[in-house]
Amino acid sequence: MRITVHVWRQAGPQEPGKMVAYDLDNVNEHMSFLEMLDFLNESLIAKGEEPIAFDSDCREGICGMCSLVIDGIPHGPEKETTVCQLHMRHFHDGQEIFIEPWRAKSFPVLKDLIIDRSSLDRIQQAGGFISVNTGSAPDANNIPIGKEQADRAMDAAACIGCGACVAACKNASAMLFVGAKVSHLALLPQGQVEKKRRAIAMVEAMDAEGFGNCTNQYECEAACPKGISVEFIAKMNREYLGAQLSGRSS
Amino acid sequence: MNLWLFRMLRSSVGRKVLMAITGLLLIGFLVSHLSGNLLVFAGRDAMNDYAQFLKEHPGLIWGARIGLLAIFLVHVITGLTLAAENKAARPIPYQKEACIQASLPSRTMARTGLLVFVFVVYHLLHFTFGVVQASKHAKHLEGLRYDVYDMVVLSFHNPIIALSYIVAILVLWMHLWHGASSFFQSLGWNHPKYRPVFEKVGPVLSTILCLGFLSIPLSAWLGILKAGGM
Ligand code: HEM
Ligand code: FES
Repeated sequence: MRITVHVWRQAGPQEPGKMVAYDLDNVNEHMSFLEMLDFLNESLIAKGEEPIAFDSDCREGICGMCSLVIDGIPHGPEKETTVCQLHMRHFHDGQEIFIEPWRAKSFPVLKDLIIDRSSLDRIQQAGGFISVNTGSAPDANNIPIGKEQADRAMDAAACIGCGACVAACKNASAMLFVGAKVSHLALLPQGQVEKKRRAIAMVEAMDAEGFGNCTNQYECEAACPKGISVEFIAKMNREYLGAQLSGRSS
Repeated sequence: MNLWLFRMLRSSVGRKVLMAITGLLLIGFLVSHLSGNLLVFAGRDAMNDYAQFLKEHPGLIWGARIGLLAIFLVHVITGLTLAAENKAARPIPYQKEACIQASLPSRTMARTGLLVFVFVVYHLLHFTFGVVQASKHAKHLEGLRYDVYDMVVLSFHNPIIALSYIVAILVLWMHLWHGASSFFQSLGWNHPKYRPVFEKVGPVLSTILCLGFLSIPLSAWLGILKAGGM
């Protein structure tokens, strides 16, 4: 198939960027979206042009590195699919496709489609952990956890931290990410001890990074490649309020 | 102020809770305001008795006014600061914008809120302070008491005034379509059992309230409600 892609090109963090159109022939429908970009880059390199910079690592939908907004939708049009798992058969011959980086003040563009997501790491570092050693893998079974509880914690832990929620949100809010991280540990016995401190620290770190505020439109949930539910945002609100209202340190 | 309270009310989550609580209180006000207003359909005496009752209880009415003003200001100022932050959080927009599923009302809360604010000012100037239509307002004395019934019904005989109220109510409808569902989530209440119900609360409640409010200017304009001198 033959397609036209409009790609955001930006040489560096301080450089101005713009959309550049590329016509691409002989695209195989079995290619993944990233393979299509690899294919385009090969032709750019052959012509002596700078290839398009974009992030990826596992290419199997688990690492959260790939991060492209396709026609205005993070990770493209397929539900619960990372862009590395999106295939060209979902596009048609002659289609024009717009490819942009995640857009948020807290995700500055480094180059072309690559953005700096260290703001999410800093939120994790503020409280998204358990301070004591909980043992190695076999020790996990020392603390029995009910199936329902374990499933819910796993639903939250399915977050791969890609930041699509921020990219999809009209307010560039990171509340689905933070909601998933706060809930995941709050739902497990190992996470109880630091639950209050964690909720407050992570919400405050999120605010300090300059993300927007949720307006309950749920675009994040619709865009999330792991289908994380906005229920976890409500849970984060509960955890945070409970921690502030009942915490003993000021 | 206590440090923790200050920190909480400055945070994103804390301010969302402020929006939800003040929004909910404003909905409570709308319910009571509408119940009072619907007395126009019970006739001139019922309406004017109610107005006289309020006038004779200054403690009640001034308490409500001051409380409402405070709630309203918190809601408006918090809403606008949140909206400004939200705008600043994405300085470079997408070249190609898309929306997966968010409703139009949910995407226009700050705009519909601002329009409601403008309307509230106009509404107070009109009926409470009598600045709009000043000459007519003064005349509506029924014996020794204000004839609120005539004031309202005659006002809405003016199509421009009736239309301005109808437009304002439609805007409020949009604001509450999203708002009256959204506050559950802001307060931390979401669950697969209740989510489908909560998602209906906004559309249903806003429709009931706004149809109620719409009935008054429409009935007066269409001549279903008749003024005394006409
Ligand atoms: C009678 C008047 C009003 C009522 C009953 C009302 C009610 C509500 C409710 C219930 C919410 C949902 C809160 C939540 O998501 O938790 C809301 C949100 C909002 N309101 Fe109002 N409101 C009124 C007037 C206004 C005015 C005058 C403004 C001013 C500009 C305003 C601005 C906003 C904004 C920006 C939001 C979204 C907040 C957010 O989601 O972060 N509202 N309103
Ligand atoms: S590259 Fe790892 S999730 Fe897409």
